[in-house]
Amino acid sequence: MLNIALPKGRLGEVVYGIFEAAGYGCPQIRENSRRLIFESEENGVRYFWVKPSDVSIYVEHGAADIGVAGKDILLEYSPEVYELLDLGVGKCRMAVAAADGFHYDSDRTLRVATKFPNIARSFYRTQSRDIDIIRLNGSIELAPILGLSDVIVDIVETGVTLRENNLSVVENIVPISARLIANKAGYQFNHGAIAELCDCIAAQLRCRVQEEEGRK
Amino acid sequence: MEINAAVLKNGERAMLALRALYTRYGYSCFKMSKFEEYDFYVHNRNFLRGDTIVTFTDNGGRLMALRPDVTLSIVKNVSGCPPQPVKVYYNENVYRETRGSREIAEIMQTGLECIGDIDLYQTGEVVLLAAQSLAVMGEQWVLDISHMGFLSALLEAVSLDEAVREKLIRCVRDKNVGGIRTICAEASICAEDTDRLCTLGTLFGPVEEVLPQLRNISVNAATEAALDELSALCDILSGVIDTKRINMDFSIVNDLSYYNGIIWNGFLRGIPQCVLSGGRYDPLLEKLGKKCGAIGFAVSLNLLERYYAAPRSCDADILLLYDDETDAVALTQAVRMLCDSGKTVRAQKTVPEGFRYRQLLRMKDRGLEILENNA
Repeated sequence: MLNIALPKGRLGEVVYGIFEAAGYGCPQIRENSRRLIFESEENGVRYFWVKPSDVSIYVEHGAADIGVAGKDILLEYSPEVYELLDLGVGKCRMAVAAADGFHYDSDRTLRVATKFPNIARSFYRTQSRDIDIIRLNGSIELAPILGLSDVIVDIVETGVTLRENNLSVVENIVPISARLIANKAGYQFNHGAIAELCDCIAAQLRCRVQEEEGRK
Repeated sequence: MEINAAVLKNGERAMLALRALYTRYGYSCFKMSKFEEYDFYVHNRNFLRGDTIVTFTDNGGRLMALRPDVTLSIVKNVSGCPPQPVKVYYNENVYRETRGSREIAEIMQTGLECIGDIDLYQTGEVVLLAAQSLAVMGEQWVLDISHMGFLSALLEAVSLDEAVREKLIRCVRDKNVGGIRTICAEASICAEDTDRLCTLGTLFGPVEEVLPQLRNISVNAATEAALDELSALCDILSGVIDTKRINMDFSIVNDLSYYNGIIWNGFLRGIPQCVLSGGRYDPLLEKLGKKCGAIGFAVSLNLLERYYAAPRSCDADILLLYDDETDAVALTQAVRMLCDSGKTVRAQKTVPEGFRYRQLLRMKDRGLEILENNA
């Protein structure tokens, strides 16, 4: 039985759809209930919903054998897990944004507001820039508007929120999407089951790409 | 002196069993100080895991560090070029930052080092002892083996700049084949080399099954030499241990500037992290001015505590109550008698809050009265 941690929310539902289509369905999960754990003995899987940023913690500590986490979380927290597959869903990018017309003043320390201090730090380290990190937990876009920071480092999906607040992307850092991750010790003992699941999911992803291309 | 194994913690029990194992193979115990001068670690920081070293100033004003690692201290104390291999084992605590919480933790560690002229026999013996250590600690174990020489030769053959190389190593470590393909495409690496690197990211399985696939991606004399060493090691191990439990897995990657040959990680079912890790680390010896090779491994015994066995169901077999009128001589004899019968006994006047016991007894003039049985 493989324990699978899925991220709560819209992304989790899309991801479960992929697992289901790949032959790892669990009908109870579609029922409207308050249960947290769903099991399909027939398909050898047990799913549980967790907060998206907690998926990698469940997997790293072995409470889940595999899980689905955003690349942003993997880059920020560097959990000791295998990153087996790019699921190609939940696509967005990590980017630096600033108020429209912003010019970088190399004479001053750059103030960077972000929920992702490690990603921001390593990005600016490669550019040898002196920065001050201002760690925020939400509404990051407010920071440059109110003068709390010069720029923000955040996830950009469509860019609508930025545009509506007169902000724009200054630099792209890295593309983001959902990744299938596995516990390193669990992988040793469940290698056959995990490898088979990966193959089935990869085949399912190829089907989806072909269908999308067919529609175009 | 007889030791009742039931009173030992899992880590302590494993430590004693491992000590016996290493002694049987002629390794001698190495005892060392808990402190080293901070400077010593600063020069070899990449060899240590984690960034934080606990420091303090001693009476002479020197900046000292609580030992974050044992291997460095052992290597430091070995003469420049020992005529015969130095074989030592240790049971020591180290002080390191834990992953995730970033708190400093005291970690009980045991391990062994073989330093000197490391030939094929010595390599085989150390890897065999690593596998036997896992077998001592649990029935279901797996030892994953990689070869830093193979990995570095393959990467050198592709001739990459340092930043790309580091990213690729990280992807191999994470089994992130998609990442390898992306980086190779960005760095204009040819399709053949990309496939070779992707193979490294996916290969997993018993050494004898995986070796032929590795031969297919071998590129030069250095990669061939690494594979010959793995093959010879496999021959040694197959005669004495179940090699189906020994997998080839290149996701084990250590710092190339410290490790150069075979490296490995050991796992026990039920423990979500690697409990044993080791490898060949000649470059460290070179950095410390020693003209010889070295191989060894460490076991993190603290990981055994939480995952290894079911939690204790009671605090003592018997809770024996007495009062101010009880004859202390008779009480002492009664406790002794119960202990001699193999039971664990706590004697006191009242029941402590939350205390769990199998049997509650009271000391009376006539003898012991049973008040409660929870067995």
